[in-house]
Amino acid sequence: MIDIWEAALAVLFILILVVLIRLLKGPTAPDRVVALDAINTFTVCAILIFGVAYQETVYVDVAIVYALLSFVGTLYLAKLVGGDI
Amino acid sequence: MDGGLITTVCIGIGLLASTLGVVGILRFPDVYTRLHAETKLTTFGSIFLCLAIIVHVLSKYLAGGDGQYVVLGVHTLVALAALAFTNAIGAHAISRAAHRAGIKPEGVIDRLSEVKQK
Repeated sequence: MIDIWEAALAVLFILILVVLIRLLKGPTAPDRVVALDAINTFTVCAILIFGVAYQETVYVDVAIVYALLSFVGTLYLAKLVGGDI
Repeated sequence: MDGGLITTVCIGIGLLASTLGVVGILRFPDVYTRLHAETKLTTFGSIFLCLAIIVHVLSKYLAGGDGQYVVLGVHTLVALAALAFTNAIGAHAISRAAHRAGIKPEGVIDRLSEVKQK
């Protein structure tokens, strides 16, 4: 009997590895930013599932901080690509 | 009250939507179509994964009655709000930056360039 949360973690890890292909061979810079945004979203979901699967309440607070910091990083990269900086 | 079936169904829907978003990132030909697929589907999948977590925590709390499950559920709601509101703003910023950098959409009508030329 495999745990459903660990199966979800394995699927999310495989999805992150697949998106890494697009991040490495994207033709333009915004493609790489899109792939990085997807990886950040999957990482936040994986941290939340970690916190529920092993009953650690502190991990959910780490996920909140990671979500806000990834948003700031995405905005900075968008300004860098658009030439506003 | 057993929330195991609802939890499993919500996790399945969330992982399916996330997988479709990854397929869209790999197969679409353009920056804007890739960003469309990625943003919508990963946000949808994140909402359903957090909903599965909240249903699991509620069933545990109603069965056992431990105080830490309430904290975990409320903090999951805060994390979901942070994720869902900031994904749309980030997608708008990325698409605006790509259009300012001179990347044109492939084979469709570009209304923004027509408006800027007037």
